Amino acid sequence: MSTTLLLIQVLNGLQLGVILFLIAAGLTLVFGVMGFINLAHGVQYMIGAYLCWALYQVTGSFLAALALALPAALALGVLLEVLVFRHLYDRDHLVQVLATFGVIIFVNQLAEVLFGPAALSVPPPELLDWSFPLIGGMRYSAYRIALIGAGLGVALGLWLVIAKTRAGMLIRAGATNPDMVDALGVNVRRLFLVVFAFGAMLAGFAGVMAAPVFSVQPGMGDNLLIVAFVVIIIGGIGSIRGAFVAALLVGLVDTVGRTLVTDGLRLMMDPSSANQIGPALASMLIYLLMAGVLFFKPRGLFAAGGAR
Amino acid sequence: MKKLAAALAVLGTVVFSPSPGSAEPVKIGMVMTLSGPPAALGEQVVDGFRLALEQQGGRLGGREIELIVEDDELKPNVALSAATALVERDQVDIVVGTVFSNMVQAIFRPVVESETFLISPNAGPSTFAGRNCSPYFFVTSYQNNQNAETMGAYAQQAGYESVFMIAPNYQAGRDNMDGFQKHYEGEIANQIYVPLSHQDFSPQIARMATSDADAVFAFMPGGLGVRLVGQFRSAGLADQMDFMSVFTTDETTLPAQKDDALGFKAAGNWAPDMPNDASRRFVAAFEAKYGYVPGGYAMQGYDTAMLIDSALEKTGGVDDQDAFREALRAADFTSLRGDFAFNNNHYPIQDFYQLKVEQRSDGAYITSIEQKVFDDYEDSFADQCQM
Amino acid sequence: MTASALSAAADGRPAGRRCAVGIALGIFVLLALTPLLSQLYGGGYLTTLAMRAMILAIAAISLDLLIGQGGMVSFGHAAFVALGAYAYGIAIDEGVYSIFAILPAAFAAAGLFALVTGAISLRTRGVYFIMITLAFAQMLYFAMGSLSRYGADDGLTLWSSADVAGTGLLKSDTGLFLSILAALVGVWLLVNRIAVSRFGRVLRAARQNPTRVATMGYSVFRYRLTAYVIAALIAALAGVFWGAQANFVSPAIGSWQRSGDLIAIVVLGGMGSRNGALIGALFLVFIEEVLSGITHDWRLIFGPMLVLIALYAHGGLAGWIERLQGPRRSGGG
Repeated sequence: MSTTLLLIQVLNGLQLGVILFLIAAGLTLVFGVMGFINLAHGVQYMIGAYLCWALYQVTGSFLAALALALPAALALGVLLEVLVFRHLYDRDHLVQVLATFGVIIFVNQLAEVLFGPAALSVPPPELLDWSFPLIGGMRYSAYRIALIGAGLGVALGLWLVIAKTRAGMLIRAGATNPDMVDALGVNVRRLFLVVFAFGAMLAGFAGVMAAPVFSVQPGMGDNLLIVAFVVIIIGGIGSIRGAFVAALLVGLVDTVGRTLVTDGLRLMMDPSSANQIGPALASMLIYLLMAGVLFFKPRGLFAAGGAR
Repeated sequence: MKKLAAALAVLGTVVFSPSPGSAEPVKIGMVMTLSGPPAALGEQVVDGFRLALEQQGGRLGGREIELIVEDDELKPNVALSAATALVERDQVDIVVGTVFSNMVQAIFRPVVESETFLISPNAGPSTFAGRNCSPYFFVTSYQNNQNAETMGAYAQQAGYESVFMIAPNYQAGRDNMDGFQKHYEGEIANQIYVPLSHQDFSPQIARMATSDADAVFAFMPGGLGVRLVGQFRSAGLADQMDFMSVFTTDETTLPAQKDDALGFKAAGNWAPDMPNDASRRFVAAFEAKYGYVPGGYAMQGYDTAMLIDSALEKTGGVDDQDAFREALRAADFTSLRGDFAFNNNHYPIQDFYQLKVEQRSDGAYITSIEQKVFDDYEDSFADQCQM
Repeated sequence: MTASALSAAADGRPAGRRCAVGIALGIFVLLALTPLLSQLYGGGYLTTLAMRAMILAIAAISLDLLIGQGGMVSFGHAAFVALGAYAYGIAIDEGVYSIFAILPAAFAAAGLFALVTGAISLRTRGVYFIMITLAFAQMLYFAMGSLSRYGADDGLTLWSSADVAGTGLLKSDTGLFLSILAALVGVWLLVNRIAVSRFGRVLRAARQNPTRVATMGYSVFRYRLTAYVIAALIAALAGVFWGAQANFVSPAIGSWQRSGDLIAIVVLGGMGSRNGALIGALFLVFIEEVLSGITHDWRLIFGPMLVLIALYAHGGLAGWIERLQGPRRSGGG
């Protein structure tokens, strides 16, 4: 495999990594601070993508769609929190799983009814609709580079908020010891709402950014949600730093692994068996990674402490 | 627990007088993929079938038809439940299904074993073409490998020296890869399988760019094809190599691919500009009624209804199964494709064409026939069928 | 380390035992009557539905042994069902028809997989356990998807049925139906027997307070691992029936969505209660059938229904039914 190809694969891995991070960030905070398993978090990602598509149809501009989609995703997150999720915080994890499972089923079907079953696509903004030339006559889309940059920017901003502000301090405290924060007289309910809405907006942002790269379709968040769960487990529940490291790790392992595994197998066996075993083994890689991490560190790489 | 919504799909306003002794309508159950991204394929089949039914005044062969449509959601277990429900609960006379080969594989046994006729308007897996062929199973489309075989024969004839192949990692993907290599004897630059849920083709595009292949052969149905074609075009590869495909640039994906697919080669048993009167009338009527260009799926849905029409015309019903089977086998109907006959395995013998994506004068994107590649082409499995 | 000490450590079983047994008996009798009802209405369809529900119920009951009794929330239980189904499918495809060869193979496959993955998974707790069981199930799922000899992702159509000592027991619908019903009753009895045994009490006590059980001299790990393997064996039995009933196996049987369905059934029905998993499975199959008959977009109704049940029916459907019977106790363990 050529160096250029490897470079492209690494860039693709980073791109998947930042999308995973944007989803996992909210998931890990909601889980860490509130002890709430939100299977419906992937739905927020899908909502972001559909909002982007719908608003693009109305405004004709990607940037306008992005600017409008973020508050809309936030508002829908708040709506879901008030209607359903807030009644689940002090309930058993399994009840949370069942209820949020119900939300997924409902919203996926709603998306199909409202927008149809077919995959929709959104063109990238014109400003970024060109590509970087790489060595060997290959090109890499500027939009994808911008996506990676935006993801890294958000990660930095998030780290600043969590590390430097009072709200961030409360969130960190909440992730480590929720009862203590409660005892200190902080309005935990409001803290929860803020964390939740913020997480929903981040996932929505991921959906908007992903819309021009991937296709927008019902259920698009489901498989990504499972991978995002893998990310927060590897990173350690409640840890933003862990989610960041793990997201990039999972993104790279999954993307680069898909090429390397089949190529590697071809050296060892005949191409047709390699073609059959390769993709299966490549799909397993991230789960092998998670099982491996948990075997040596049963609470993930950067355990925040209070997670249960 | 009657499927209310589905049963409401009963078509048939009484226009003609009922033929003697036919108080009960003939029940036809459909198992189609009608949700999820590949829903467009199933919708084409259903629309094509309904158009034929409507043109016949809600009757086929003079008998009133009750049509029950079920969605398989592209999940084998759902397809299986749907088929069992049609056979056991609704006790249909004929099941028409499915779009995808893995779905027909799931429903084949329960339908055929209950001695109900199963007519596939699209899926034509090799599994049931050879050793496991059945007197109750008919295919009105093609054997899956045939389109890829046609494309391979074209590649050989066009003199490509090296071809880069890509398909999803499932049975139909592997069948199409094999099919292409039946008549193509040049070098295979690379053979890549991606998961069915594949989203981003940029690594594969990068490999194509560095491969020195003359052409790409792809089998990427539905949304996969939309993404592959878009990325292929925007990476500038269309200027460097030819793009050949099956089920990748067709009337279900062209509305999304538009200019990106222009000039790309494909293979098939029909195209909307098929030069015969029946086909021209069909395309005009279909576009007038549904507002989009029919693809091969819609044509096969229409032909399936017309085949049933021809058989019921002869037998008046499905009660005498041997007579009905013989009537189906005879295929006494005017296929929109022109020549059409059933082989001993109940798969069609028909012509295959090399197609090219074009923009019609009214702006719509269609596949257009460039040349006939095979005349009265049989599939490679028929001799294994003892029937 | 007396039995009473254990009982004190474990949560008490609900007193309405007699009423729970009555409900189960009622359900079994009703199920046994479906082939007759089927004759009157809708051909064999009702029987097919009932068989599907019973197979789900067997799998769900085994999962409830883990969740309700052991507090081990496995998000990969469908993997064991798939192992059973594939053992059946592969055997039939290879021309091995005797059920006395197929069942041991299915049990061996599922038992071994459970022993190895359970030993690793049980090192973790809580949500980490949920995710690591998911990881193992996903690995198996992708592995099954690569078995191109057995249809890979598309699944495998089976052309014959298993043979039971020369009788066509599993070949006729009625025979298969009765076999599944018998297995369901047997599994129900077995799991309830386990629940009231010393083994079950240790398991429940360990769920409430593992440290205390450990200081009493029990190896919590061993008890949990044993339960994990037992549950896997029962799930594999469900898998074998799945293959026999559908005559078709595919990796989708072991997908994470199916594992999620099983959890949903257990929670919906009421975890840790005698009949929760049973009622949950029957309810799910029934409600899907009814709702999908009303509208193609039936999930718009089904989704909110799950949310409401999760929010308001404490102890699930079983708990709700028991409360209807009399306001003595709240259901569920």
